[in-house]
Amino acid sequence: MNTLPGPVRAALVAVPALFVAVFFAWPVAAIIRRGLSVDGVRDVFTDPGLRSVAWFTLWQAALSTVLTLLLGLLPAFVLARYRFPGRALVLAFVTVPFVLPTVVVGTAFLAFLPESWDQTAAAIIIAHVYFNLAVVVRTVGTLWGQLDPRTEDAARTLGASPRQVLWRVTLPQLRPALLAAAAITFLFTFTSFGVVRILGGPRHPTIEVEIWRLTTQAFDLEAAAALALVQLVGVTLLMVWWSRFQAGQAVRLRLRPRGVAARPRTAGQRVLVSATVIGLVAVVLVPLTRLVLGSFRGAGSGLSLAAWQALGGEIGPGPAGRTVADPWDAVLTSLRFAVIATVVAVLVGGAAAVAIAVSGRGGHLLDAGLMLPLGTSAVTVGFGLLITMDRRPIDLRGSWVLIPIAHAVVAVPFVVRAVLPTLRSIDPRLRDAAATLGASPSRVWREIDLPFLRRALVAGGGFAFAISLGEFGATSFLTRVGDETMPIAITRLLGRPSALNLAQAYALATVLMVLTLAAILAVDRLRGEAASF
Amino acid sequence: MLPSMLTVDGVRVRFGDRWVLDGASLTVGAGEIVALLGPSGSGKSTLLRVIAGLLPPDGGRVLWAGEDVTAVPAHRRQFGLVFQDHQLFPHRDVAGNVSFGPTVGGRPKAEVRQRVAELLHLVGLDGFERRSVTSLSGGEAQRVALARALAPRPRLLLLDEPLAALDRELHDRLAVDLRHLLQDLGTAGLHVTHDRDEAGAVADRVVNVDELHRR
Repeated sequence: MNTLPGPVRAALVAVPALFVAVFFAWPVAAIIRRGLSVDGVRDVFTDPGLRSVAWFTLWQAALSTVLTLLLGLLPAFVLARYRFPGRALVLAFVTVPFVLPTVVVGTAFLAFLPESWDQTAAAIIIAHVYFNLAVVVRTVGTLWGQLDPRTEDAARTLGASPRQVLWRVTLPQLRPALLAAAAITFLFTFTSFGVVRILGGPRHPTIEVEIWRLTTQAFDLEAAAALALVQLVGVTLLMVWWSRFQAGQAVRLRLRPRGVAARPRTAGQRVLVSATVIGLVAVVLVPLTRLVLGSFRGAGSGLSLAAWQALGGEIGPGPAGRTVADPWDAVLTSLRFAVIATVVAVLVGGAAAVAIAVSGRGGHLLDAGLMLPLGTSAVTVGFGLLITMDRRPIDLRGSWVLIPIAHAVVAVPFVVRAVLPTLRSIDPRLRDAAATLGASPSRVWREIDLPFLRRALVAGGGFAFAISLGEFGATSFLTRVGDETMPIAITRLLGRPSALNLAQAYALATVLMVLTLAAILAVDRLRGEAASF
Repeated sequence: MLPSMLTVDGVRVRFGDRWVLDGASLTVGAGEIVALLGPSGSGKSTLLRVIAGLLPPDGGRVLWAGEDVTAVPAHRRQFGLVFQDHQLFPHRDVAGNVSFGPTVGGRPKAEVRQRVAELLHLVGLDGFERRSVTSLSGGEAQRVALARALAPRPRLLLLDEPLAALDRELHDRLAVDLRHLLQDLGTAGLHVTHDRDEAGAVADRVVNVDELHRR
């Protein structure tokens, strides 16, 4: 790849750099400039309403994180230490909630939880635990599966009871993974938007939801910017602290390259494994099943196709009496935006990945810059675009184009992460071999790099597609009447209290769930093939 | 003949369809050091795990001084175990490793500190308390593992190929040291090895794996 001509390399760097600068850095800078108005920031800390919002955001995130860690430990242990038929399937199953759009998870819990739980903090926290359980199971489980169990055996022969082994030997060794899982879960729950919008209602807003409310309903952009700034600083501090902390945490562990999973031997172990697997599958399935069943609930008690048939009908009058598109239109709009966002994200992310792989220091800088949108919340992206793209030189006010662009901003880091490892895994000797056989540099690129790259780009594109379908945070700021995506249409339907609208929302969420899972499954299959390539 | 302290009586262990141990029997007398000799894969390590209480047998009994301890969990048996690859705790320093047994046993801090110094002296590693276990050489790590296993004063010390990973010279030196150490302490020992010379150097009595199943 080092054989690429200079102008091509320059373009590969320039395109993604420009994209991130215009559609991410500039909007964020605008938020900072607006938010720095002294009154705004002071209000965040003195206004009792805003203070309670910040406080709620913090404590629900902390509690969600602790509960997710506690509940994730046992399944992490069982999946790491025991070998049983269907283990890979169960592991894939646990990951399902994590890849679902937040709106689908929120709606599923609305269908699943009793009505008295509506608009409670408990509902938000339960949905957060459900959503993030996979983070703990996978992060902690991966390390747990590599710890040598004989270290624990040594502790037992030294007189340590099972509890002492757990606290003094196992958990200290798992510390890096526990902290990583906690940091990721905290970040996700701290910046949670979709779940909170649907389950918390107006009674339990987090910072993200409040930014959205101030912007789209109170039209108080200064206060929204101040709150967004506080949030941005909070998240940045968390990430800086985390990267420093992690650097100081380089504990050398005795890891075994192969997994240490063994078949359950005793009756107790078999009961533990079966109970955990059944419990996990039930936990994942029950809310989603209730969602699907909810879409078939008629006005009476029996099953009905009314909601599905009514998907073609109008949602009803929109804000200010304007007509809103029907739910099927939302499906088509989502697919259209997803295709555009995928093309943009694959072009930008693919160019960036190649540029990062071929260049040294500049590559690192580009890499870090492209990862920034990953740490920032989608709400920040949407809000920033809203307040910058409304005047010259770029006036996209009233254009739907911003929506797929925002989706692409959110998706680009994922495309880069999907493509980069593949590019780096190409054995340079393959290129050398091709060159010594007489292939010109461009021929080497076509024959060697491109076939690898193509699969990785398609996989990254699948991710981008799934992300765009479910994107809600940024879209909430940019959506216009007539251009509703599925997540937006779902929340509109939920806002109308008729039983039919509710069932329609469940039906639309079911469609969104199926489409998302189909995209992720396609990516998974492609990656599997790429691995055996 | 010394009175028998450890008695292994007809222990059976099955992995899948294969019987790794099918009625293994063995005795170790008070203060006696027995070497169990056999090729790798012959079930020696499995037998040690059964005796230590880390692996429940599919049949047979383990007795100490005539008392059936088969159902006693590992942490209450007071049988120490030294692993071939030492299995030191990577997140604790040398003192943290040696002090582990007495600490979980609830001994007072001052006593634990003294015991650590005493044992490190015994294995020839004075002043190693604050060293990280990842910085130790193979021989040093194995000595720390031995000190750690002896710290809670086990009534029986099980040694699973403790010298196999060391180079020849170190191996021979440590084999002699180990014998003297166990003799001085009067601790009964069961030493598993595939090395006939090592078995002779360490043990009072050598048992071949084939003899385990002869009743």
